[in-house]
Amino acid sequence: MKISLLLEMAADAAPDRVALVCNGQRWTYAELLDTARRAATLIRESGVKYVSLLDESSEAAVIALFGAAIAGVPYCPLNYRLADADLSALLGRISPALIVGDSKRVARIAAAQGHRACSREQFVALSREAAASSEDESSDEDASVAVQLFTSGTTAAPKAAILRHANLLGYILNSVEFAAAGEDEASLVVVPPYHIAGISALMSSIYAGRRIVLLPAFSPAEWLSLIEAEKVTNAFVVPTMLTRIIDAMEAGTRADISSLRAIAYGGGKMPLEVIRKALALFPSVDFTNAYGLTETSSTIALLGPEDHRTAFASDDPAVQARLGSLGKPLPSVEIEIRGEDGAVLPPHETGEIYVRGEQVSGEYREKSALNEQGWFATRDAGYMDEGGYLFLSGRADDVIVRGGENISPGEIEEVLLAHPAIADACACAVPSIEWGEAIGVAVVVKQGHDTPGETELKELIRGRLRSSRVPDIIAFLDALPYNEMGKLLRREVKAMLSG
Amino acid sequence: MLKPGSRLKSATCDTEVMVIRCDADAIECGGVPMGEARPADPVAMDPAHAAGTLTGKRYINSDGTCELLCVKAGRGSLSIGGHALAVKEAKPLPASD
Repeated sequence: MKISLLLEMAADAAPDRVALVCNGQRWTYAELLDTARRAATLIRESGVKYVSLLDESSEAAVIALFGAAIAGVPYCPLNYRLADADLSALLGRISPALIVGDSKRVARIAAAQGHRACSREQFVALSREAAASSEDESSDEDASVAVQLFTSGTTAAPKAAILRHANLLGYILNSVEFAAAGEDEASLVVVPPYHIAGISALMSSIYAGRRIVLLPAFSPAEWLSLIEAEKVTNAFVVPTMLTRIIDAMEAGTRADISSLRAIAYGGGKMPLEVIRKALALFPSVDFTNAYGLTETSSTIALLGPEDHRTAFASDDPAVQARLGSLGKPLPSVEIEIRGEDGAVLPPHETGEIYVRGEQVSGEYREKSALNEQGWFATRDAGYMDEGGYLFLSGRADDVIVRGGENISPGEIEEVLLAHPAIADACACAVPSIEWGEAIGVAVVVKQGHDTPGETELKELIRGRLRSSRVPDIIAFLDALPYNEMGKLLRREVKAMLSG
Repeated sequence: MLKPGSRLKSATCDTEVMVIRCDADAIECGGVPMGEARPADPVAMDPAHAAGTLTGKRYINSDGTCELLCVKAGRGSLSIGGHALAVKEAKPLPASD
């Protein structure tokens, strides 16, 4: 079975219901399926090895995703924000491809690679003219590749992560109830189409029967006004978006967002202060923190609305702390924390997060990263509390090894962020002749506050943690570098502090 | 034993299912064994197995060794060796993406 099953089921059960709203245009489930089936013919006839998208979100992303699936060709959306040289290198790895979107750019930077490129409008128009493709009933279809995504490469060159139909179907079928959404429900999707959350949002909304409202480029004002105009009930945001929405509302941006019932967030660490503010600002909204990776077909753990309210209202520090956790594993996945020797660690001991389940691909174009028992080592460091709540400490590669002692950047950052004048903080390893690695921190001072002294910050860390956590270098920056998904670019901070 | 992920079609109605897991060798719909292809002419349905199926519901046998997902609804109902399968209760998760 292939992921196109999701759209087939939705179109079978509610053909005339609105599935997608984008740039004022409305598409029903039946229209989307029909166009995807025609796109599959276009894709098959063009003889390409991949279907790619080099564009912001639009109906073309949905048609390309499912059209590629029906045609049996991997879908590989690319980050249009990449520099020419980086993008050209990625395009070279998926040649020949049918590329939907910025065809002029493809002609300019990848002319000799043998691609076929067309604009979003051309792709939709050509698809509509093509013959409807019949179902492809190849025997090994669930093992074939549905989606290939290049990892963002915050630590190294991009890897080609592959997700098979069985992985993505496993994720949706195990975590979403078919047609569970009422006809009034709508989900605002603002995550870029080349991100796993942008792909899973399309699939889970279609399977749930929840109308998708696409916002191609995020701004707080647009986000708020679309909620009002489309009576949006559900939304997913990355932490930086939520911060900007709160700032805009506090600065006086008004919209009627009374339709909003649930906000899910993920893609980066949510500062405790931001989620506390959001809970106070939207008391009737259900908040869900979702944790997942590209290699796991999106969410593997979540902190649900009840957990948020319980933690927000609790006097017990252990329960309060769960507001900063990733919640519990989905019922369909197993998660373990393991030490360097591979042994499973007891509660509160930090190790590497391992995950196993149908939705976990853990596979790259070059090789599978699953071990013999099917576990995927995420390279994320974390721990579990006695209640089974998962906490993220950072990337395993970001752990600072000072004189043989493992130090998680997160513990230092949390202490710094508790200082009333600090808006943002990043701790990372800097080279040290004495210790091998020492600690460097970059901090951002809140507007309207005086810059705290270095001694004051060092004493704060010494007092709250211990002397081995005290940084050697403190830099004050105007802002920390983030990618567009709100992921802190630690290697850039590290380069700055090491230079 | 039926292969997980395989698709079976009813001989008596429109019902189609996807196998999640199943240690039985055959599943009936409308009282008649299902197959990979639909017969050219529909087979008569056993009125004892005509309660219907619903798209998106999971069907399970009493000991949980067999679980199916209905991907297309029909008038027949599902059984193994004449024993009716029941709808599996879903535990809803909050939307996360």
